[in-house]
Amino acid sequence: MNLSCPLPKLDFDTINLGHGSGGTLTSQLLDAGVFKLLENELLNKKHDGAIFNLEGKVAMSTDTYVVSPIFFEGGNIGDLAINGTINDLAMCGAAAKYLTLGFVLEEGLKMTEFWEILLSIKAACEAAGVNIVTGDTKVVERGKGDRIFINTTGIGLVHPKANIDAENIKAGDKIILSGPLARHGITIMSHRQGLQFESTISSDTRPLNKIVLALLDEFGEKIHFLRDPTRGGLATVLNEIAAGSKLGIDITQKNMSVEEEVAGACEMLGLDPMYVANEGLFVAVVDPAVAAAVLCRLNEWEHGEMASIIGEMTTDHSRQVIMKSLIGGRRVVNMLPGEQLPRIC
Amino acid sequence: MKYLSEFRSPEIVEALLKEIRETVKGNWNIMEVCGGQTHSLVKNGILNMLPPNIQMVHGPGCPVCVTPVNLIDKAVHLAVEHKVILCSYGDMIRVPGSGMSLLEAKSKGADVRILYSPLEAVNIAKENPDREVVFFAVGFETTAPANALSVIQAYQSGVKNYSILTSHVLVPPAIEAIMSDEECEVDAFLGAGHVCAIMGMSEYYPIVEKYKIPIVITGFEPVDLLEGILAAVKQLEKGEYKLENQYTRIVEAAGNTSAMNAIDQVFEVTNREWRGIGEIASSGYGVKDAYSAYDAMKKFEFDMAESHEDPTCMSGDIMKGKIKPNQCPNFGTKCTPVQPLGAPMVSSEGACAAYYYFNMAVEEVI
Repeated sequence: MNLSCPLPKLDFDTINLGHGSGGTLTSQLLDAGVFKLLENELLNKKHDGAIFNLEGKVAMSTDTYVVSPIFFEGGNIGDLAINGTINDLAMCGAAAKYLTLGFVLEEGLKMTEFWEILLSIKAACEAAGVNIVTGDTKVVERGKGDRIFINTTGIGLVHPKANIDAENIKAGDKIILSGPLARHGITIMSHRQGLQFESTISSDTRPLNKIVLALLDEFGEKIHFLRDPTRGGLATVLNEIAAGSKLGIDITQKNMSVEEEVAGACEMLGLDPMYVANEGLFVAVVDPAVAAAVLCRLNEWEHGEMASIIGEMTTDHSRQVIMKSLIGGRRVVNMLPGEQLPRIC
Repeated sequence: MKYLSEFRSPEIVEALLKEIRETVKGNWNIMEVCGGQTHSLVKNGILNMLPPNIQMVHGPGCPVCVTPVNLIDKAVHLAVEHKVILCSYGDMIRVPGSGMSLLEAKSKGADVRILYSPLEAVNIAKENPDREVVFFAVGFETTAPANALSVIQAYQSGVKNYSILTSHVLVPPAIEAIMSDEECEVDAFLGAGHVCAIMGMSEYYPIVEKYKIPIVITGFEPVDLLEGILAAVKQLEKGEYKLENQYTRIVEAAGNTSAMNAIDQVFEVTNREWRGIGEIASSGYGVKDAYSAYDAMKKFEFDMAESHEDPTCMSGDIMKGKIKPNQCPNFGTKCTPVQPLGAPMVSSEGACAAYYYFNMAVEEVI
């Protein structure tokens, strides 16, 4: 936590309904907290909305964050909400510029917790070079929420060389995974009630805009498609890519990296890392001519040491993902109907 | 990862496959008893790597699949009508009951919680002294010790608001039921490794002798399964029948005596109904009278409508190894993991789910 930004003196140590009333308490919370911490030229106007010019092709994305627990190793719901929308824009080939920030707070949320979340929002915005320009705060009665929900909507400028579209995917394109699987999902699960095991696994939440834009600078339209495998994990994203491109996908299990401790947790919990959520990973479908060079750039990136080419697009088995297992067998990789559930034995 | 990677080695797998190909002459049906083995076979693509004259037949060893619909209905009834905190292993909660699954009950407001261990349920009971807490204690011999321990622990710590809804089933009677079926074409069994880790090997010698059939107690990793298959094929080709233990790193001949003691303290052998198969004599565990205060069947009134299974579900034939999941006319059409007709399509160990998610043969069906 940034100790140079101590919690401002407020009259209450928990959020109460008055903080969402639009009256004095709301102003106090916002002035001392949100506006001061996240200040920038557009936000400082405290208007109902933000007014600005944007030139060029624009991308827009929204996401709502309801994660429980709200604090976890490697982050909290605050930086998750900022990074998540920045990354959704990055997957459109766009550099996030302005974000909106909407809070639904549950009565009783500790002010210190809200402050810690705001600090990580500020840090995430600074790390990614984006500004919060407008927002909203509502408070719901105790029991009507789960401490804090956050919505962020982002707007960004599409890179001039970017042309990200599932229709651009061609047979022979290589599929690159930017790092090891399943860190975020396993971090969250290790916290949930009943799943008590000690681990040093931390979430991989991080902004992907800089690395993606650097790749677009260098490889432009040769990058045919991008997607971040968040909920549903890699398996779901690959199935969506197969469906969207109407092509098949061949992948090789041994090329997908899973860190040792994450793999161990998955074994113990009976979960397949291919279906576990990630928050700082992306899948790139690229022209085979540039695949090796893209991989090389990714390996140079501070989080890309374990990036690898995991497979390729094929005209065989249209819309289906087929994996060569570690031992050389072949099997279908399907979507799941819902969350993976812990098994009996 | 030690104890895992060496059992997933492509080189060892290839060497075993070569030896199996060189050994096998006849056509053999080998049944893997445990659903965990079925999933490993399918998930690793092993079914497509074996010579075509070895057919793997998928057995009844999926505890979720064989739990009768009546018991699912009872669990739902406890959660909805008695408003208990109903705790369950994860893969029970999507299994369809007559009216609804536990997942649907949860969405309608019932307090259904997914746990990894029944001991957590005892803790929940301690934390909620004004609520009744019921653990849905399903499983084969593997999960029985932990479920028994939860009762012992609740008893010893004076927790009175805890009970178990038990549906424990046993492997040896299931093997006997399969072998007694006149249409049975199984030539050898891969025994369920983790069941034998608890119970040891002694129960299987009489079955081997009575039915003159090879049984190889086998683990769950690719190398385990192929070693088990190879041992079974060697016996079959020589015309032998004996009990072998492939899973020596886990299974001891005498089993785990402290686990068996826990089982003996709380449970007694009873008749059990198996979903899709029917009642099998002495094929399960019930709670002993001494612990009836912890037996949800005795603790609660079950004033509920008669249970009924979907008559078009062919899970009984699938679990007896008579047909493969993709030979069922409803597979992948009327029956999917989202809209299942029966438990084998939703359980993580169910044969239908294994075929739906992983099997190449699915391509031809859906």
